[in-house]
Amino acid sequence: MFAQSKSPRFRSALAGTLGVGLVLGLAACGGDSKDESDTAGQSTIDCTPYSSFGDLKGKTITVYAGIVTPEDKAYTDSYKPFEKCTGVTVKYEGDKAFETQILVRAKAGNPPDLAIVPQPGLLKQLVATGKAVEAPAPVAANVDKFWGKDWKAYATVDGKFYAAPSGASVKSLVWYSPSAFKDKGYTVPTTLDELKTLSDKMVADKKKPWCAGIASGEATGWPITDWQEDMMLRLYGPETYDKWVNHEIPFNGPESTAALDAVGGYLKNPDYVNGGLGDVKSIASTAFQEGGLPILDGTCMMHRQASFYAANFPKETKVAADGDVFAFYLPGKDAASKPVLGGGEFNLAFSDRPEVKAFQTYLSTDTWANVKAKVSQGWVSANKGLDPNNLSNPIDKLAGVILLDPKTTFRFDGSDQMPAAVGSNAYWKQATSWITGQDTKTTVDNIEKAWPK
Amino acid sequence: MFDTAETTAEKFTQMFAAILLFAAVVGIILFIAGRFGGRRGDRVVAYSYLAPTLLMLTVGLVYPGVRTIYESFFDAAGDVFIGLDNYQTIFTDKDQLTVLTNTAVWVLLTPFIATGIGLLYAILIDRARLESFAKALIFLPMAISFVGASIIWKFIYAYRPDQADVQQIGLLNQIVVWLGGTPQLWLLDWPLNTLLLIVVMIWIQAGFAMTVLSAAIKAIPEDIIEAARLDGVGPWGMFRFVTLPAIRPAVVVVLTTIAIGVLKVFDIVRTMTGGQYDTSVIANEFYSQSFRSDNQGLGSALAVMLFVLVIPIVIYNIRHIRQSESL
Repeated sequence: MFAQSKSPRFRSALAGTLGVGLVLGLAACGGDSKDESDTAGQSTIDCTPYSSFGDLKGKTITVYAGIVTPEDKAYTDSYKPFEKCTGVTVKYEGDKAFETQILVRAKAGNPPDLAIVPQPGLLKQLVATGKAVEAPAPVAANVDKFWGKDWKAYATVDGKFYAAPSGASVKSLVWYSPSAFKDKGYTVPTTLDELKTLSDKMVADKKKPWCAGIASGEATGWPITDWQEDMMLRLYGPETYDKWVNHEIPFNGPESTAALDAVGGYLKNPDYVNGGLGDVKSIASTAFQEGGLPILDGTCMMHRQASFYAANFPKETKVAADGDVFAFYLPGKDAASKPVLGGGEFNLAFSDRPEVKAFQTYLSTDTWANVKAKVSQGWVSANKGLDPNNLSNPIDKLAGVILLDPKTTFRFDGSDQMPAAVGSNAYWKQATSWITGQDTKTTVDNIEKAWPK
Repeated sequence: MFDTAETTAEKFTQMFAAILLFAAVVGIILFIAGRFGGRRGDRVVAYSYLAPTLLMLTVGLVYPGVRTIYESFFDAAGDVFIGLDNYQTIFTDKDQLTVLTNTAVWVLLTPFIATGIGLLYAILIDRARLESFAKALIFLPMAISFVGASIIWKFIYAYRPDQADVQQIGLLNQIVVWLGGTPQLWLLDWPLNTLLLIVVMIWIQAGFAMTVLSAAIKAIPEDIIEAARLDGVGPWGMFRFVTLPAIRPAVVVVLTTIAIGVLKVFDIVRTMTGGQYDTSVIANEFYSQSFRSDNQGLGSALAVMLFVLVIPIVIYNIRHIRQSESL
């Protein structure tokens, strides 16, 4: 059909169209790269806190991270005062495949100056490549001043301290509908026993108390690992938790088994789940992003998920203590203990050039934490110098208050610290099999077996 | 210049630099080749044209291949030589055996069913009215990427609970509900989930089989068909003794091409289940072991397995093409 119409005139018209299209395309592409530099922080910046970093004009620092659009903007914005006052240029590169690519780049001798590493396990792997450099003294001093000892320990390998923490997230949260709780006269539980009583009360009221979803592509199963870590931390305390994570006690030992059974008391209880989503098995096939949405429909009362889950509710949802949904702290065994499971990132450097050291130091200050808090949504840090009032949304504020509470015992997500063969393979896979019917003993035995010798 | 390009201008500069580099390399080769004339020069010309290809094959295929085989004899970190332990794991570990079983099911079912459907369809619509429209219908899925097709089918298999106020969003479950059944979690239970993933591959590949086989059917000489008709051959006889022998080379090419494609299947499994619920296959498992589970040795061994499994199919394919050429 087309063959006949390919006259010379048609061709020149086609060429013309293509040409115009190309020019328009160029114009469209060129447009957005220009206004990047003048959004935030153009107004007067007080450069006094930055004077100690000296003049770094003409120098460039490359940053590589797994944080991509739109969350990356808050990062680049938070670097601006530093760039303005020192004259340095920070080149930020976000990559969804960060976790595999950073290892490839480090091993190949092509690492960035600074990587934002989201797991202590990965940090250890990177240090093992021999390409990472130790944190300079001012960074270590800042971390001693602004973070708890546990945080410093996560970035210490063989007695050497490598990286200051960046952001943090709180995982020990239970999402609920404040209005539904108010209507039914439910109160936020303060101990694990109260949580169980509340769940039973909801069952008596003909409600499904819990909803959950663990499908997440190849990472399917991870929300159950968080559940078990939370239970481990609550039933046996932080010391046993650390031993469990570091494999000083076996994964199929009595503690681990009891913790998984405690999770089963909720997630494998057909009376408790899966509100608005189906039966127990439906947990395995429900996307984790959708696991808590039935709260909005009133078909589910509670959903245990980290602070970042806020982003999964529809835009018009009001996330606040007096809004459509909010979260409460997943209580400890008793009201006095406050174990918190969470996650976080670390700024690991691969270069000891002065400008990289200066930038690392900047990122470990309370100055940066507060600058970052002001430009972010869904971000919080465990930096004690952070003023919670700089956190604009209620859930960040809640997470910030929990993190900065002196009674809080923070523990990092355990599966993130376990060897990859367990933490990002066998544990997920076995947790998935467990929720679809495999018994607890087989599950913990299989995970123990997968632990690298 | 080798930094990541950020602005549009930089990207275009890099693009033009790459094109210039390519032109320069071709120019140099042509120049060298041009300096040798005459009969003896032919060899030099031939080799200088072959050189870049050979070089790239060595760097991009032979070296990584040999390196992968070498690494498959080492442990997870790639430090300690452990002999054939990784291969032993593949054939004894329960998870790995599931992977092998799944791969076998994929390779045994997909090529035959896809080719069968394609062949049947090609015969049915041959010289029918609206033939090209009917062909386009089954050929269209070929134009969809594996990931795109997987997402479409994920929706077809989607599950919503059996509750009064909940609507099904998945086609398959809606049909089940219309027929009076209860919605199922299709992708959870082995082996049904693997079979349902295979359906996606068949949906994509049947169009390919149909196109090639339809062309082959049309190439059967008219006089053979007429002779058979005069001999009073019925439709089944026509298919069995005329059509099938005549298009045999095409059928073999289609079967082997699909079989090789199926051995490498990765996108569908990764997009639809991520290899969870016991649906993993070798190509997916070797990626998971290498990059997620940090087990370089086992990952390499799985890649070698894949390579070994593809070889017989490729050899059969080449021999068959040679045979049919010599006829």
